[in-house]
Amino acid sequence: MCNVCGCGAGETTIDGKAVEHGEHGHSHGGHFHVHADGTAHDHDHAHDHTHDHGHEHAQAKHLHYHLHADGTSHDHGHDHLPGHGHDHDHSHTHSQDTAHYGLGPAGAHAPGMSQARMVKIEQDILSKNDSFANDNRSYLAEHGIFALNLVSSPGSGKTTLLVKSIAALNGSVPLAVIEGDQQTDNDAARIRATGAPALQINTGKGCHLDAFMVGKAMQQLKLDGDSLLLIENVGNLVCPASFDLGEAHKVAILSVTEGEDKPLKYPDMFRAADMMLLNKCDLLPYLTFDADLAVANARRVNPDIQVIRISATSGEGMDEWLDWIRAGCKKAVERKSIDGR
Amino acid sequence: MHEMSLAEGVLQIIEDSAKTQNFSRVKTVWLEIGQLAGVEVEAMKFCFDAVVRDSIAEDAKLEIIETPGQAWCLHCAETVNVKALFDACPKCGSHQVQVTGGNEMRVKELDVE
Repeated sequence: MCNVCGCGAGETTIDGKAVEHGEHGHSHGGHFHVHADGTAHDHDHAHDHTHDHGHEHAQAKHLHYHLHADGTSHDHGHDHLPGHGHDHDHSHTHSQDTAHYGLGPAGAHAPGMSQARMVKIEQDILSKNDSFANDNRSYLAEHGIFALNLVSSPGSGKTTLLVKSIAALNGSVPLAVIEGDQQTDNDAARIRATGAPALQINTGKGCHLDAFMVGKAMQQLKLDGDSLLLIENVGNLVCPASFDLGEAHKVAILSVTEGEDKPLKYPDMFRAADMMLLNKCDLLPYLTFDADLAVANARRVNPDIQVIRISATSGEGMDEWLDWIRAGCKKAVERKSIDGR
Repeated sequence: MHEMSLAEGVLQIIEDSAKTQNFSRVKTVWLEIGQLAGVEVEAMKFCFDAVVRDSIAEDAKLEIIETPGQAWCLHCAETVNVKALFDACPKCGSHQVQVTGGNEMRVKELDVE
């Protein structure tokens, strides 16, 4: 976040007010920080933002994540009031020259403190993500929210399946959607067209959603209690497997236009998932895809995985899928009342 | 590609422990990476070097301890070695195997000053 004007802050969206956009350019020089551990550094920032305005959002919520070459990252949040219309073209140029003092090999430390020593850590690399995920999970449990993390390759039909599922649920379950993509808010726009609240997270160069991003998105969405949260992860069968978001289940979607051996090629994901949806089954008569083999392959990797053969187009398997969702929602609500007692 | 995020996770752990354990430079980092953890060791090394630039772990040596994949075979009722998540039991060929080891990714130890 920018300390000068606060432009990078997510709080512009939390109070639900429209972000004021305009020609926006500033440069920062000479920030100096002293950290709790006594180390100090200073850096120069230069930001250039240009925004072009001109389209219509009904209830557009948007988060951007940027990761810079130097490893720093920031996010932007926008919230647009209904009827407020605009269009943006963001272009950002950041240049940061970082100068560190007191950290180099000849860094200043107190005499006698420079003795080499071994420090035992024994900490899981993903522990930070996992602790955010646990926070998300307890929030969801306390509020009776059933959360699903939908993972697949790009193009497996996740968004279409979501749109059809939302339409079929027809308001019987309050729900919200978090959409993850590297760029664009096309998917969130498709979800919003169904009337369901959706928030788009753009991961920029990131290849997966992490628990921190999702936690923040959950706060912004102001989820209803006793509801359903559908998280559509970035289309990627590799990385999202390792990042727990706090969901009840990962749902892997494999479409019949892909290969039967995908579960074997990407075993981590099919192992992490509790449910596999074999999508686009209406196309089976036109393909050489062996559905039984695909299921057998998934079970080789994960003997306990549940499978539903489904088609968002023909509606095949939709009832079974929606029943599974409803059962999960019911369980989440029941658990909340047991734990809350 | 998630090796980049993992490398950032490693740096975060290092920086957090620098505060609690009072050190200002890291010379060597030992990671324990299981064969079944889905981590590409070469990519991890590359990302680590990129991420630690301008940090207290700049130029730190990265030592990776690879732990073998292990699984419990229900048929043989014993622990067997596996190379991939979907491997069958090397003894009886059964797929009724439960992975018991080799999916860890941990920061084990640091050599600091």
